[in-house]
Amino acid sequence: MGFEGIGASVRRKEDVRFLSGKGNYTDDINRPGQLYAVIRRSDRPHATINGVDIAAASAAPGVVRVFVGADLAAEAIGGLPCGWQIHSKDGSPMAEPPHPVLAVGKVRHVGDPVAVVIAESKQAAKNAAELIDIDYTDLPAVANLTSAVAAGAVEVHDGVAGNLCYDWVIGDKAVVDGVFAGAAHVVKLDLVNNRLIPNAMEPRVAIGDFDTSSGDFTLYTTSQNPHVIRLLMGAFVLHIPENKLRVVAPDVGGGFGSKIYHYAEEAIVTWAAGKVRRPVKWTCERGESFMSDAHGRDHVSTAEMAVDADGTFLGLRITTLANMGAYLSTFAPAVPTYLYATLLAGVYKTPVIYCNVKAVFTNTVPVDAYRGAGRPEATFLLERLVDVIAHDTGIDKLELRRKNFIPADAFPYQTPVALQYDSGDYQTTLNVALTNAGWDGFEARRAAAKARGKLRGIGISTYVEACGIAPSAVVGSLGARAGLYECAEIRVHPTGSVTVFTGTHSHGQGHETTLAQLVVSQLGVPFDQIEVVHGDTSKIPFGMGTYGSRSLAVGGSAMVKAMDKVIAKGKKIAAHLMEAAVEDIEFKDNTFTVAGTDKSKTLTDISLAAYVPHNYPIEELEPGLDETAFYDPKNFTFPGGCHIAEIEIDPDTGVVEMVNFTAVDDVGRVVNPMIVEGQVQGGVAQGIGQALLESAIYDPSGQLLSGSFMDYTMPRANDIPSMSVATENTMCTHNPLGSKGCGEVGAIGSPPAVINAVVDALKDYGVRHLDMPATGAKLWSIIQAATPRMAAE
Amino acid sequence: MPQVTLTVNGKQHTVEVEGRTLLVELLREKLSLTGTHVGCDTSQCGACVVHVDGVSVKACTQLALQADGTDVITIEGLAEADGTLHPMQEMFREHHALQCGFCTPGMVMTAIDLVQSHPGGLSEKEIREGLEGNLCRCTGYHNIVKAIAAAHPLMHAKAAE
Repeated sequence: MGFEGIGASVRRKEDVRFLSGKGNYTDDINRPGQLYAVIRRSDRPHATINGVDIAAASAAPGVVRVFVGADLAAEAIGGLPCGWQIHSKDGSPMAEPPHPVLAVGKVRHVGDPVAVVIAESKQAAKNAAELIDIDYTDLPAVANLTSAVAAGAVEVHDGVAGNLCYDWVIGDKAVVDGVFAGAAHVVKLDLVNNRLIPNAMEPRVAIGDFDTSSGDFTLYTTSQNPHVIRLLMGAFVLHIPENKLRVVAPDVGGGFGSKIYHYAEEAIVTWAAGKVRRPVKWTCERGESFMSDAHGRDHVSTAEMAVDADGTFLGLRITTLANMGAYLSTFAPAVPTYLYATLLAGVYKTPVIYCNVKAVFTNTVPVDAYRGAGRPEATFLLERLVDVIAHDTGIDKLELRRKNFIPADAFPYQTPVALQYDSGDYQTTLNVALTNAGWDGFEARRAAAKARGKLRGIGISTYVEACGIAPSAVVGSLGARAGLYECAEIRVHPTGSVTVFTGTHSHGQGHETTLAQLVVSQLGVPFDQIEVVHGDTSKIPFGMGTYGSRSLAVGGSAMVKAMDKVIAKGKKIAAHLMEAAVEDIEFKDNTFTVAGTDKSKTLTDISLAAYVPHNYPIEELEPGLDETAFYDPKNFTFPGGCHIAEIEIDPDTGVVEMVNFTAVDDVGRVVNPMIVEGQVQGGVAQGIGQALLESAIYDPSGQLLSGSFMDYTMPRANDIPSMSVATENTMCTHNPLGSKGCGEVGAIGSPPAVINAVVDALKDYGVRHLDMPATGAKLWSIIQAATPRMAAE
Repeated sequence: MPQVTLTVNGKQHTVEVEGRTLLVELLREKLSLTGTHVGCDTSQCGACVVHVDGVSVKACTQLALQADGTDVITIEGLAEADGTLHPMQEMFREHHALQCGFCTPGMVMTAIDLVQSHPGGLSEKEIREGLEGNLCRCTGYHNIVKAIAAAHPLMHAKAAE
């Protein structure tokens, strides 16, 4: 057994379970006497509900109950709450229309839940759901941003004028306009960030359980943050106090943000279980998930950069329309504001920035954070804009980036858009990426491709993002309705083994392994004597969960604090046992030593004494060795780096082949390099998916056309290349681990690198910009349209 | 209700099923073999792949009744009785070819069939094309491809023993 602490590529503890079919996913759980819920959803984008006739469904074989929106309304069940309030530029709070658990009065998107059938079997529930007769009057719908903000557009919510949720700004427009007036170049780019559907491979599942003797509720759910669900559902929707509500999120099959939010189905099964006094299970079908899981991205922006004659960026001016969908999902309002506009400095010294974001309601599925959340939108905008500046001014794109980089000696660096970056070295990540990608040899590869009839291109993206969300007071001042600290409990057992209880949640990240590695390094306990427990509000003191690449930077830091407490208490016990002063006790490698002597006690000696306190300072010290800590981060963390994509286009089909992908990221302290590489590879694949394949498409009437894996192009193994992934790390300066986070860098850095490569490959075809996804059909059309002109020239 | 008799992981079962019951429902709900997963409803994702008479099959795409008289192996049936992992399982672990684990059972079952049906070797391109019917949202496939390439010689060496 080799080194298994921080820095080792330890193989994962969870793998044998998953590889043997012994995972415990929510759909694998069945409760005694369980009933099955099937939800009847709207097939209309926008309609008035005149009536819901449940008579035939209620009488169908096996049906126990059918519930509609009015049943919940009659019990004053609350709507789904939004966790973040944004204020418009005029100081007014955002429009926050009700989000009923089951639709009341109107349906506002295809997939809006209208009724739920509870039956003895899934098939009986399914059959009965089809018997529900809903009398609709169709209303005109707004299916996209442009139509939603058009004059005279239908209102998604009565009284929300212009479908405007908020009209928010950051920066001083007059100052920025002044800079533009005197600039040598003004480069303007209109761009779209395509709407995505997260599609974690495990569909959502929720099981409500009601203990008829105690009156306790348990919700088993596919969640990234069970404590947050307990808080939101218990306090705001169902009015169940925390002591009567347990939320369990067992093994969860991927989240990517889509399992952060409190969804209607969680409230439905929990409430219904209390009504029918039996467990109620709901398993989402994939087709259902397409129209009920929160979607991601969906921005339309105009970006302008004022540039000096020598290529120095002088000022950035941006307007963005951001799609909220039909209702506000849990964290939706924060995504296009504090997770997007605050990242618009990127890795550059741009001195002044102004951004206006209008968040807009449409008759579509709610939009919320999806891997990267706001930061991919900011990065795509900036890194496309920089390439377009290079295109328009003739300045080399690398030189342009280098000239405007925040230099490595400028940290901490205060951006003009609120954030203060603590560390980074963008020249180094760029240089290493250029070397790893063989940048200098590219023109030879392009020529060789041309000889084979292929169009080869190379594209670069240099980016920074904000993770480790976040200092509670700061986010509170910005509208967050929660604190964003994390909690950890370190329980040293009598024989010296350790159980870690973490408020973060692992749904693929490998916390059972990496968090154990922290204990190996700090307490010296062997890896196989450490268990990590997560995902159950009845076991974990508290937690805010896993998103925004926060688990290590925030949750790991809470563990460090708790282990510091263990060591501090252990020193007092050791001092007593070895008859020395506490100040003279040192702890290292699982051993307490009296400084300058050979007197020592192992952690096991100390834990045994703590639980069998026969010879123990019982007057001053409680027995036991079990410490809890909450850690509130001092700042965001700022991972960054450079991604380079190399592609070839077949001009006969327009199809892009990813030839090479190189990532060099700065993620701070790496605990497990193998896992970090895996996180980056997976994120890059999602970024390539966004850039080349994926797009959620609504037709103008509001029907979701890309509503299954037959229609929505998920990246498959032969769409993704082998990747070169490396890190060049600077340490986070404000958390005890130095870690920044790695979960989202791949999805943030890669899309503009891919599109920059596609545009580069098409540079002879007069292409200045392309919106994602760069599908074969889109590129073929461009090539076809340009070819006669090129032949004529 | 009609009956289906089949052997699963070496054990024979006779089960009553509705005509519309899918093989994956039989495995998960009647036999409690929950290692086989359901990730879609259009036969696209491959999370439900099992072996039926030695060939990989999407268990969501076959009726339970069609499996009458067959020999089915699921992810639960791969490791040896003492817990020793199948070489494909071992290489997935060694090469970090899984993250959330949800696609993993189907991915492993597909990969084993792919290796078994290509005794002469597998190029990276062949592996990637061979995974066409299996979606993974976590790994970006990079490490899955590596794991399958590494398992190929191990599996064929073992088969030759």
